[in-house]
Amino acid sequence: MNILGRVWKYGDNVDTDAIIPARYLNTTIESELASHCMEDIDAAFAKGVRPGEIIVAGANFGCGSSREHAPLAIKASGIACVVAKSFARIFYRNALNIGLPILECAPAVEATEASQTLEVNLAQGTIRNTSTGKVYQATPFPPFMLELIAAGGLVPYTKHKLAEKG
Amino acid sequence: MDTSMHHPSAGQTLSELILSHAAGQQVHAGDLVIVPVDRCMTHDSLTPEIIDALEKNLGVNRIYDPERVAVVMDHVAPAASVQTANAQVRTRRWVAQQGIRHFYDVGAGVCHQVLIEERLVLPGQVAIGSDSHATSYGAIGAFGTGMGTGDLALILASGRTWLRVPETIRVQVVGRFRKNVSPKDISLYLCGMLGLDGATYQAVEFHGVDWLSLDGREVLAGMSTEIGAKVGIVPPSGEIASRYNVPEWLRVQPGAHYVRTIEVDLNTLGSQVAVPPEVDHIAPASELGDVKVDQVFVGTCTNGRLEDLHILAELLKGHKLAAGVRLLVIPASHRILQAAAEDGTLSILLAAGATLGTPGCGPCIGRHMGVIGADEVCLSTANRNFRGRMGDPNARIYLASPEVAAATALRGSISDPANL
Repeated sequence: MNILGRVWKYGDNVDTDAIIPARYLNTTIESELASHCMEDIDAAFAKGVRPGEIIVAGANFGCGSSREHAPLAIKASGIACVVAKSFARIFYRNALNIGLPILECAPAVEATEASQTLEVNLAQGTIRNTSTGKVYQATPFPPFMLELIAAGGLVPYTKHKLAEKG
Repeated sequence: MDTSMHHPSAGQTLSELILSHAAGQQVHAGDLVIVPVDRCMTHDSLTPEIIDALEKNLGVNRIYDPERVAVVMDHVAPAASVQTANAQVRTRRWVAQQGIRHFYDVGAGVCHQVLIEERLVLPGQVAIGSDSHATSYGAIGAFGTGMGTGDLALILASGRTWLRVPETIRVQVVGRFRKNVSPKDISLYLCGMLGLDGATYQAVEFHGVDWLSLDGREVLAGMSTEIGAKVGIVPPSGEIASRYNVPEWLRVQPGAHYVRTIEVDLNTLGSQVAVPPEVDHIAPASELGDVKVDQVFVGTCTNGRLEDLHILAELLKGHKLAAGVRLLVIPASHRILQAAAEDGTLSILLAAGATLGTPGCGPCIGRHMGVIGADEVCLSTANRNFRGRMGDPNARIYLASPEVAAATALRGSISDPANL
């Protein structure tokens, strides 16, 4: 799985209220969640983001609530991958559970600026900054996790596995 | 920290003890385990999505064990719009159809408070909630943590979940509270010291608080999620040991391995305030300067309990709110509301000028009953002050103890209760 996309850059502690404010939790319609994604910290994001782009952020991305709407809103906005220095515990589980690839890689975050382009190889865990040519190594996903992401998340993956067992 | 150096025969932390008991084998920090979930809690905010995940995505029409499930209507309760009302209708139908007996409808209170009051979580159990403040169950010595929709759906379908056994930070509390300082000040102090991700993926164990009430323990356990912790556990001693049958195996072990120990000295701890927009932007209440407030909110799973209402009433008795300040009080549960009505607490609060709301989450998550507008300032006893959390993104939320809330309601600006 290769991802090539422009970068949206954010700082530390991007919380779940910033990703999708609770006042919009009355819906799970993905286009509606996407239209309010990041609204309180970056009004330009929802309108400007294009499919396949990448969020690059600092430490503790996704801290706060257990709302799965947060990774859902990001995924629905078209973001293909989030690279951060670290992720908050519940967000980490939720993101993979809904099939949003996330990578922890502090050196890549420090060396990446907004609007640069990154090329991410999920199987190898490599992040290449096409503007500088430099390559950074994150921990690659094991095969089952790539399969889970490709299936669209834990629930469809489990359903598929149960069906395989017959 | 290299946990492989830790010899398995050495003592275990409370998290290791509980997960070993649940897994049926001795486990240590870093191990991955699959464990039965003793109690699974979902609330009105996420239950409709969990039903979708179960029925539409997984094709599961009967949950694994309705007896182990509790459903609480607290996040937007009573419903604030037709949309939420319809979502709640669907949740009630599903609860009835699944035969879920532990169902708590509008007005029962905040999920975590209700589960503890109803003794639906017990010392030594594994309890997973669709809410980040499910760490509150650590107040009675349970392993409580929050997860999202997908994980909850799979727990409802299978009765089990996977967990990584966390490393543990030991918080050693020494001394006793000074006047008008309380457990929230310990929590906020730790947020300031460790930061929002200071305990990510880890457990926090609170020692030296055997004398602390159940109400106070719930503050410490619940707020642990604000430093990123998976669980916050208070050893089930004192009031907990006298209220519950604590299992023999759930005892603090002398040789347990902690990644670090932090001492909190109550002899010097003063009132703390979290300054927007982060819970770890901590300042002593005495050094904040003049911050005028529009609304004071006392409530939530963090500080809406009887003990908190008693503190508020004691400090407000015979006084009136400062001009231009609204005081919104939302008891954390129906039982608390009833007790506060019976013992005269509510009369004192109402005489001072307080407004009461239905037990539940109130405006904590910015969805109803007291959301704040642009440029308004709220001093809240809740747990998060992120931008946009309680309403307009340009509103500002300061977090503090019920004592600071009382002092602030009387003065009209954020005040140190030490001077009351």
